[in-house]
Amino acid sequence: MNKTVNQRAWLFVLPVFLLVAFNAVIPLMTVVNFSVQETFGDNVFLWAGVRWFEDVLQSDRFHAALGRQLVFTGIVLAIEIPLGLAIALAMPRRGPWVSVCLVLMALPLLIPWNVVGAIWNIFALPDIGFLGRLVNGMGIEYNYTRDPAAAWFTTVLMDVWHWTSLVVLLCYAGLVSIPDAYYQAAKVDGARPWAVFRHIQLPKLKHVLTIAILLRFMDSFMIYTEVVVLTGGGPGSTTTFLSIDLVKVALGQFDLGPAAAMSIVYFLIILFLSWLFYTLMMRNEAR
Amino acid sequence: MARIALQDLRHSYVADPRADEDWALKRLTLELADGGAYALLGPSGCGKTTLLNLISGLLRPTEGRILFDGQDVTGTSPERRNIAQVFQFPVIYDTMTVYDNLAFPLRNRGVARAEVDARVREIAAMLELDATLHRRAAGLTADGKQKISLGRGLVRSDVNVIMFDEPLTVIDPHLKWVLRSKLRELHARIRRTMIYVTHDQTEALTFADEVVVMKDGQIVQIGTPVELFERPRHTFVGHFIGSPGMNVLPVEARGDAILLAGHPVAVARGAGGGAPAGPGAKPGGGTLELGVRPEFVAFAETGLPVEVARVADAGRYRIVDVVHAGRAVKMLVPEGAPIPEGRAHVRFDPARTYLYADGWIVG
Repeated sequence: MNKTVNQRAWLFVLPVFLLVAFNAVIPLMTVVNFSVQETFGDNVFLWAGVRWFEDVLQSDRFHAALGRQLVFTGIVLAIEIPLGLAIALAMPRRGPWVSVCLVLMALPLLIPWNVVGAIWNIFALPDIGFLGRLVNGMGIEYNYTRDPAAAWFTTVLMDVWHWTSLVVLLCYAGLVSIPDAYYQAAKVDGARPWAVFRHIQLPKLKHVLTIAILLRFMDSFMIYTEVVVLTGGGPGSTTTFLSIDLVKVALGQFDLGPAAAMSIVYFLIILFLSWLFYTLMMRNEAR
Repeated sequence: MARIALQDLRHSYVADPRADEDWALKRLTLELADGGAYALLGPSGCGKTTLLNLISGLLRPTEGRILFDGQDVTGTSPERRNIAQVFQFPVIYDTMTVYDNLAFPLRNRGVARAEVDARVREIAAMLELDATLHRRAAGLTADGKQKISLGRGLVRSDVNVIMFDEPLTVIDPHLKWVLRSKLRELHARIRRTMIYVTHDQTEALTFADEVVVMKDGQIVQIGTPVELFERPRHTFVGHFIGSPGMNVLPVEARGDAILLAGHPVAVARGAGGGAPAGPGAKPGGGTLELGVRPEFVAFAETGLPVEVARVADAGRYRIVDVVHAGRAVKMLVPEGAPIPEGRAHVRFDPARTYLYADGWIVG
């Protein structure tokens, strides 16, 4: 029987095609366009070649922001992934408390990100915020608007509060999908809880953990709203992460060329690191 | 090695069972001899997996006691009962090698390294896994993985009973035969009590010394495969075992004679006389049925008048559907034997024709 060829199917694809073109492809191409040219406004463009890229890659400011970003993402991943997994392990898998726990875990994820920033902004204020008053009352000097260490502490705490739930829900879904027979067999074999975790749960969670780590990596690498509302990038520029720096350059100084170049470099860094993570975690799957 | 006794065991998955349907396992008492090969056979939902999990300790019975060699183990956890269980799909530790998988239960119990090595190699040789000992367990085929599951159960020398919960479900058909023979061979060799749960009669009848047929949470009959085939004590056993199953035809009793739609038939009368043999059967009341296997129905010169309806070829024999007074009767005719067309007469072997009252055999 011959396969029928029907070109009319392309008409159905056309709307999606246009949508993707306008939302992704054309803006991306515009950025690439800006990154290799110099503009003085009024639609006057001069070819600049790789000059902006060189400037960005050699700029101390960029290196500083990149460094801060890597440290931030590292800390946040190191806390959120184990903590999320631990909470998921502690959550009940059957019974009436399941829905209660799931709703509680989902709540932080439902709050708009600028509201999250605002909540923590006020919460951590040294004079009127609950956390701020508490910590200062215990004798520890705590003022995130002036002290970089305190600012970092507050930013990390906010991110952990906001995003650990995502890791929890992903790991929980993975745990629930492990058939009972594995736990029963481990019981019959006399395995202790740690052995059950190491030999049954962790291997079966490999895919879920990969997704969780990838998602958290990408999102924390691009973090903007919460941090800007919380600290504005300050004090000074101590919590100015990559995207905040980018926006300052692009919108603050209105240097579209360097900003565009920076965007592309940023994009390529995320792409590369994500690919690295993914390949490392999936290297055994091909067998 | 252990003798297993189940006393007045009842189990319900519902917190507050009231009606009969709430009970997954209705009251049962059973004794399994040490070193025997048993099969729990029954349709899905009959309670055989529940019974298995109660024996292994993965479930705690709502009522009743379980005794291993006279000792009450109803409250003991699975690892202390010294049982081994092989599940429906292979349960192995993916990240470990075959060797480590087999050694796992021994290492958890703190057995010395040299002894662990000796036992693992011995079991691996028995199961023909020795060539793959150093490969990652996840890389084996389904039957290899099931062998590992089985091996983990055998490797402990103090195992009382090995339980199988439909273990050949995921195995390819041609390998099922190989594994079944291997299990039988293993049982003959190590002589430990083995309980095999299945809904496949072939597996049950070829593996077990004694088969426990279950339906709706109750034991219907316990017996050797031959007993179950030749003298089913319940019409369900007759239906379920044998392919095709037993013919069950409604009859009426007039005086001392049994009539099938007005035609007298001879039935086997047991030593118990006319009294029904099973629980729940009312003496002299309820439905009366006649059961005879297709293998014991033959064409004859005189006898029950029938009309030949259909002939199906099944290789070495043929399944013939004949009709008497609106009721179909199946019979098996060996290859080469003549099959009359249209009207004919059939005869039931009187020694193998039984009377059932309310499903239970009479006499």
